[in-house]
Amino acid sequence: MSQRQTKLTQNPLEKIWIPSMSSKLYRRRGSSVPQFTNSPTMIVMVGLPARGKTYISKKLTRYLNWIGVPTKVFNVGQYRRDATQSYKSYEFFRPDNQEAMKIRKACAIAALKDVCAYFMQEQGQVAVFDATNTTIERREVILSFAKENGYKIFFIESLCDDPEIIAENIKQVKLSSPDYAGCDKEEAVADFLKRIECYKVTYISLNDEKDRSLSYIKIFNVGSRYLVNRVQDHIQSRIVYYLMNIHVAPRFIYLTRHGESELNLVGRIGGDSGLSPRGNKFASALGGYIRSQCIRDLKVWTSHMKRTIQTAEGLGVPYEQWKALNEIDAGVCEEMTYEEIQDHYPEEFALRDQNKYRYRYPKGESYEDLVQRLEPVIMELERQENVLVVCHQAVMRCLLAYFLDKSAAELPYLKCPLHTVLKLTPVAYGCKVESIFLNIEAVNTHRDKPVNVDVDREPEEALLTVPDHI
Amino acid sequence: MTSNEYHIMATSPRELTQNPLKKIWMPWKNGLFVHILQRRVCMTNCPTLIVTVGLPARGKTYISKKLTRYLNWIGVPTKEFNVGQYRRECVKIYKSFEFFHPDNEEGLKIRRQCALTALNDVCQYLTVEGGQVAVFDATNTTRERRGTITRFAEQKGFKVFFVESVCEDPDVIAENIAQVKLGSPDYIDCNTEEVIEDFMKRIKCYENSYQPLDDVLDRDLSYIKIMDVGRRYLVNRVLDHIQSRIVYYLMNIHITPRSIYLCRHGESDLNVKGRIGGDSGLSGRGKEFAKCLGKFIQEQNIKNLKVWTSQMKRTIQTAEAVAVPYEQWNALNEIDAGVCEEMMYEEIQVHFPVEFSLRDQDKYRYRYPKGESYEDLVQRLEPVIMELERQENVLVICHQAVMRCLLAYFLDKSAEELPYLKCPLHTVLKLTPVAYGCKVESVWLNVEAVNTHRDRPENVDISRMPEEALFTVPAHQ
Repeated sequence: MSQRQTKLTQNPLEKIWIPSMSSKLYRRRGSSVPQFTNSPTMIVMVGLPARGKTYISKKLTRYLNWIGVPTKVFNVGQYRRDATQSYKSYEFFRPDNQEAMKIRKACAIAALKDVCAYFMQEQGQVAVFDATNTTIERREVILSFAKENGYKIFFIESLCDDPEIIAENIKQVKLSSPDYAGCDKEEAVADFLKRIECYKVTYISLNDEKDRSLSYIKIFNVGSRYLVNRVQDHIQSRIVYYLMNIHVAPRFIYLTRHGESELNLVGRIGGDSGLSPRGNKFASALGGYIRSQCIRDLKVWTSHMKRTIQTAEGLGVPYEQWKALNEIDAGVCEEMTYEEIQDHYPEEFALRDQNKYRYRYPKGESYEDLVQRLEPVIMELERQENVLVVCHQAVMRCLLAYFLDKSAAELPYLKCPLHTVLKLTPVAYGCKVESIFLNIEAVNTHRDKPVNVDVDREPEEALLTVPDHI
Repeated sequence: MTSNEYHIMATSPRELTQNPLKKIWMPWKNGLFVHILQRRVCMTNCPTLIVTVGLPARGKTYISKKLTRYLNWIGVPTKEFNVGQYRRECVKIYKSFEFFHPDNEEGLKIRRQCALTALNDVCQYLTVEGGQVAVFDATNTTRERRGTITRFAEQKGFKVFFVESVCEDPDVIAENIAQVKLGSPDYIDCNTEEVIEDFMKRIKCYENSYQPLDDVLDRDLSYIKIMDVGRRYLVNRVLDHIQSRIVYYLMNIHITPRSIYLCRHGESDLNVKGRIGGDSGLSGRGKEFAKCLGKFIQEQNIKNLKVWTSQMKRTIQTAEAVAVPYEQWNALNEIDAGVCEEMMYEEIQVHFPVEFSLRDQDKYRYRYPKGESYEDLVQRLEPVIMELERQENVLVICHQAVMRCLLAYFLDKSAEELPYLKCPLHTVLKLTPVAYGCKVESVWLNVEAVNTHRDRPENVDISRMPEEALFTVPAHQ
C-alpha cells in the first residue's frame, strides 16, 4: 500500500480526475449533495386530506431531482384509483367500510412494494410516500417495512385548521380531481368535506412524547410554525431547509435573457460584451412591458455580466447583481464560434453533443456545475414573491428546468430565445408558462443536438445545427 | 418616481464601467459611480436583533459566539453583546450566587442597568457603526424582560429573532459547567467543587421566574427553540432571508467532540516553478508528502474519518495515498486566477502591473480579470462549511486560498487577515473545538517544500517600481 503510485487520468466528458485502476476510493460530489449516502430515504407524508401533502410531495420531488437526488412520488390515492372502479362517494372512506379498508390497505402495500423496486432496481435515492398515514397502525406498517429493508424514514406532517386555506386547496386541486370528473362544484365540495370528516375520527398526529425517536417535521398552517425532530443526515437537513423556505402566496416569476449582445450577433459564445442596437431596443421594450404588468414590489435580479446589467438599466428600477447568475463558463472555448470550436476542439465538441448536461468545458463548467451554482438562487426565488430574473441562455435553461420539472437530458436543449420573456405562475401542482416575445428581432442562439455525435464525424455533420450569424 | 422620470431613465440608460478592483459593472453618471445593489446576504435595510433566551449553562454564549463568527464570515457584520460581561465590568468582584437571588434588590437594579446599557450599545452598533446583526446574549428568561427588548427594537426599527435553548439533561449541563464556567472570570481562585456548587445555586435563582417562550402567548414572535442540544427544534414565524439562514445554521451545528484536519495538496510541479493556479500533478516531494500524510492519518487512528478533496489533480493524488474513500468537491477548487492562471508573480507584474497592485491594496475583495476574489471563494465555500458543521471527523485536502478561507472561519479571522493567513505546504492543521473556540495544532510532516506565501509588500501604489512589487515573492526555480 505504501508503494502505491496511482496514476490519474482525466475523464474526458466531465474532466474528473480518477485513478486508472478501478479504485473504489473516490466519489464525485456531482450534485451539491454528498454521494456517500448508503441508505435510501423514505419521506412519509402525514395529514388530513386537503392539507397540501401532494403539493409538498410533488414540489419536494421536483427540487430533489433538480439538485441531482433521484426522487419519485408514490401517491397512494392514485393506486386506489387504479384498483377500484370509478369513485362514487365519500362512503368509500368511512372507517367502518370493511371492504374499502381492505382495498386501501392493499394499495398502500402495493405502493410500498414499488418503493422497494424503485430503490433496488432503479437506483432511486428518495421515495416520497404520499398518503394520509393518519393512524399509528399505518405508520407502524411503514416503519417496519423500512426497518426490514434498511431505509431511513422522515415524516412530514402538515397540520392546518384554517378553513379558508382548506377551501382554497379544495378549489385548486380537488374539484379537478379524476374522482370528481363530471360532478357539479357544490356536490364535489360537500362530498370532499365529508371525506375529511371520515379521516378525522381516527387521526392521530405525530406525538411529541411517543414519537420522540422518529425523524420528522410538522408544518403548521402553511409554514408559520415548524416542529423539527431528530434530523438524521444531510439530505433530511436540506429537505427541512427547503420546506421552511417555500410558501404558497400567489406571485409571478419572470425569466428573460439579456438583450441581444455584440457577441451574439457574430455567433460567439460566452464573453462579457455589451448590447447590440437591437439588444438596447429590447431593454427599453422590456421596461415598457414590465411597467404594463403593474407588478407589486417587483425584485429585479441580474448577473455580474455587462449585458444583463445593461438590460436591467433599461427598466429604471433598482436591481440586484448575483454572481451566481453568470453564464456558464466555457473555459478555453470562451468567445469562440461553434465553427472555431469544431476546428480547434473537434473531440470536445463531439463529447458535448454526447452528453450536454454532464459535459464540462476544459477549464470551464458543465450544466451540472451550473445547477449546483444556482441552487441558492432557486432557494431565494422560493422565498421571494414577484421577481424578474435577467440572465443567460444556459442559466435560464437550468432555472426553467427547475420550475417545469425537466430532466437532465431535456434541460440543455430547452428553448430560451432572445427577446422573449417567460412569465411563470405557480398554479395547482405546477407552473403555468406564458411566453411573450417583445417583437424585436434577434439572432437565434439555439443549437439543436445533431444526428451524428460520434467523435469521428465530419465537420459538416457537427455544424449542421449551428444557427446563422454574421 | 413619476412616469416621466421612468420614461427618461428608460430611454437613456446609464453608461456602465467596470470597477477595477472587483470587476463589477456599475452605472456611471457625471463622472461618478452610482451606487448599485450587490447581492449580499442581508438585502434588507432593517437590522436584526438576535436575543438569546435560557437558563445559565444552556449554551447561549456558545451559540452567540458561533453564530456571530458564521455571520461575519459570510459577510454580515455581526457583533455579540454579552450582558454578563457588562455586569462584570460594573460589579468588579463576583462574590457568590447570592447576587442573582431574586430577592436581591440591589442586584436586580444593577442587572437591569447592565441590560439597558448593552441595549444602547446595540443601538449604536446597528445604527451608527454599520452593524447588521446584533446578538443580545443574556438569560432573558422573563416575559417582562423580553417585552422591554421587543419594545426597544420596535422603536428603533430593528427586527427581533429569539433563540431559546432548553435543556434538562444533567450530563450536558455538567459538561457545560466544566468547559466554560470553571474558567470564568467569576470563579478565579475557586476550586472545582466550589464552582459547581455555586453555579448550580445560581441556576436555581433563575428557575422560579423562568417563562419559556410559549406556543400561544408568544405566537406572534419570531423565534427558534432549541431543545436538548438540537434533538428537536420549534421554529416560529421566520420573517426573512437572514433569519432563514440563521435557522438553517443553528439546525446543522452540533457539539459532539471531533477533529477537523486541514491541509493543502502535496507540493506540485507548478508550485516548484513559482506559478499560480493550473492543474498540475505532484512533484517528487509532493508524492513523498502524500505518503507521509497517509501514515500520519493512520497513526491518528481517527474514528469514521471522512476525506474531502477538490476536483484538481494535485489534491486527488494526495488523497489517493491516504487510502481512505474520499469525496471530490468542485467547491474546494483553488481560487480561479482568470487571465493570470499559471503565471509567475514576476510575469503578472510584467503583463498586469495595475492588477498586481490593486490586489495588494485589497486582497480580499480583489477579483482577477475573468477570475475570482477571496470574497467569491467564501461564498463558494459556504456549503462546505455547512457540511463540515454537520460532520464529525473530516480531513480536507485543499489549496492555499481555500484553506485560508476555511481557517478564517474556524479561527474567526477578519477579511483583512484572511488572505494573509499562513498555510504552508506539507503542514496539517488539526482543529479541535474547545470551549468557545478552536484549538489548533500545526503538524509539519517533515518533507521539504517551496514556500508559496507572498506577504503584502510595503508599497501598494500603482506607480511603484517592479522591484517594490516583487519584494515579497517567495523563492522558486
